[in-house]
Amino acid sequence: MLKYILKRFVYIFIALFLIITITFFLMRLAPGSPFASEKSFPPEIEAQLNAEYGLDNPWYIQYKDYLISTAQLDFGESMKYKGRSTNDMIAESFPISLTLGVEAMILAVGLGVLFGSVAALYHNRGVDYVVTTIAVLGISVPSFILAGLLQYFLGLKLQLFPISGWNGFIYSILPATAIAVTHMGFIAKLVRSSMLEQNNSEYVKMARSKGLSKWGVLFKHSLRNALLPVVTYLAPLFAGVITGSFIVEQIFAIPGLGKYFVTSITNRDYTVIMGTTVFYSIILLLAVLIVDILYGFIDPRIKLRGGKKA
Amino acid sequence: MSENLLEVKNLKINFKTYAGIVQAVRGVNFEVKQGETLCIVGESGSGKSVTSNALMKLIPQPPGIYEEGQILFDGRDLVPMTEKEMTKIRGNEIAMIFQDPMTALNPTMRIGKQIMEVILKHNKNVSKADAKKRAIELIDQVGIPFPEQRFKQYPHEFSGGMRQRIVIAIALAAEPKLLIADEPTTALDVTIQAQIIELMKEIQRTSNTAIIFITHDLGVVANIADRVAVMYAGQIVEYGTANEIFYNPKHPYTWGLLGSMPDLDNDADQLLRTIPGSPPDLIHPPKGDAFAARNEYAMQIDYEQDPPMFEVSATHFAKTWLLHPDAPNVPVPEAVRKRIEGYIQKNKEAGIDLGKVGE
Ligand SMILES: Nc1ncnc2c1ncn2[C@@H]1O[C@H](COP(=O)(O)OP(=O)(O)O)[C@@H](O)[C@H]1O
Ligand SMILES: [Mg+2]
Repeated sequence: MLKYILKRFVYIFIALFLIITITFFLMRLAPGSPFASEKSFPPEIEAQLNAEYGLDNPWYIQYKDYLISTAQLDFGESMKYKGRSTNDMIAESFPISLTLGVEAMILAVGLGVLFGSVAALYHNRGVDYVVTTIAVLGISVPSFILAGLLQYFLGLKLQLFPISGWNGFIYSILPATAIAVTHMGFIAKLVRSSMLEQNNSEYVKMARSKGLSKWGVLFKHSLRNALLPVVTYLAPLFAGVITGSFIVEQIFAIPGLGKYFVTSITNRDYTVIMGTTVFYSIILLLAVLIVDILYGFIDPRIKLRGGKKA
Repeated sequence: MSENLLEVKNLKINFKTYAGIVQAVRGVNFEVKQGETLCIVGESGSGKSVTSNALMKLIPQPPGIYEEGQILFDGRDLVPMTEKEMTKIRGNEIAMIFQDPMTALNPTMRIGKQIMEVILKHNKNVSKADAKKRAIELIDQVGIPFPEQRFKQYPHEFSGGMRQRIVIAIALAAEPKLLIADEPTTALDVTIQAQIIELMKEIQRTSNTAIIFITHDLGVVANIADRVAVMYAGQIVEYGTANEIFYNPKHPYTWGLLGSMPDLDNDADQLLRTIPGSPPDLIHPPKGDAFAARNEYAMQIDYEQDPPMFEVSATHFAKTWLLHPDAPNVPVPEAVRKRIEGYIQKNKEAGIDLGKVGE
């Protein structure tokens, strides 16, 4: 087990290294520079700024500098916002994104599992068709369209929720829903089919032959096994929620990390791009690791050893 | 011992499918007395599993339909009972052993818990500690070494044979009056099969549990049956004591089954190994005798009229026109007779005496 985790950490470091390298070269390849965007500085001033941030060095020196500062987890000062360090920006905005993300995940998993189970219990009956249709709709509507629809109908027309901003729980409901619905639909379908598969298996019949009631069989036997695929889906879900937040935070004007990430790219704010990318990568890679370890605990058939699944 | 524990009367089970109504069980009658073992034999697809699942009301509805008939268990008819009433009978008074032990256990639950579950479900005043003690006893009783350690393990840590023992332990947990074993050895390899049969026989000896043992292998039947029901195309075509079925089989289908028992010594008579042809379509069962098309002794009437159950003795019945007084006398084919004699001989040598009933 320990050996397995160590091995996984080695992989994580390799992955991080690759991500940093690719990000670095993509930033270089993209046209423009942090200081070229809006106001055009006199050439002397731009040269001075470039020198200050080390942008006049040859690429391999810059690359080395990035690697070193990233290894120290110090991403330097924003090139756009004077006097603000990238680390501070992450520390400020991440809790907001985390709140939003966790809320979206709870919504997606909670309602997804509920709808999926209900659909399976009423297989091929009205409830099943309704739930399946909603799930397919949810999967097919992109989050940014849903965000707009929610803002328009629930925010503007019905005035039930604030349209944008970040000022308490009520502000988080619409953006969290916008992020969650696609995943909710996906999880509902996943749980439904996996539950139906479990219900056709011999051990469920065996559980019934023991004298357990329909609900007893569900809660004591089939649900847990039916939820195993959902655990596997948690890592991609996490990634999906993060990417969803990039757009949705923009639409709802939420000062979260996703918003900073997107604006940093349009601003060519190299330090912030690198900082947020590395931060997101670390979180994602750790999430995947945690899910794998969790899976090993939930499913006794899976033994975590030396990176191979037995 | 004359009181019937189970009486099945004219049971008919249909399945509604897109292709039409499948008549899986077409009017089946049999009884099981307390402590007695009934074997149901027949090729695959003859309706054995549907019959056994029907007894526990485990047929999913839809698509299953209890078209007709009664299942009298201890005098009560199970057919009209609700799910809730059935939960008090399943596992408690009637228990079941399934064909494939690899899939019959919940893969993510410790086997100890899977055994305790039945005990706790059916004895409201048993403490957790007592249930655990009893579960460990049961693991021991079905012949698994180190029961305490095994109690804590998951199904994937057991071999197929061991898993089947666990399934048997679960079935025995609430001391049922009737145990239904649906081909409990089919999925296992030969040596393990013999061990599981031994275990079933021990259960037979030590408890007063009635057993319905389903198999497609008549060789197994000789070992444990008191009574035998031969099933074909959803009907019982011959019914009698083990003795009568082996010494005096009357139905050509039974002859075919007896002839297709694996020959233990000489592999002559290869031709007899299988019954030619295949079972009829159960959506449109044929007119007359369902076996007629595969019956080399079929007469004109076999294609026109379904034969009744002819009485051979008070305990022996067969559903073939060959038993009609006007029918020609067709003896058991020579090769089949030899095969049977060989088998009986083998069993005698192994100390198995056929026919505890009806002597
Ligand atoms: N759920 C079902 N839907 C439709 N047909 C079924 C269903 N279950 C069983 N049958 C049919 O019932 C017949 C008897 O099957 P079964 O009892 O499983 O045979 P066996 O004697 O091999 O146990 C088969 O023809 C099978 O196709
Ligand atoms: Mg079967």
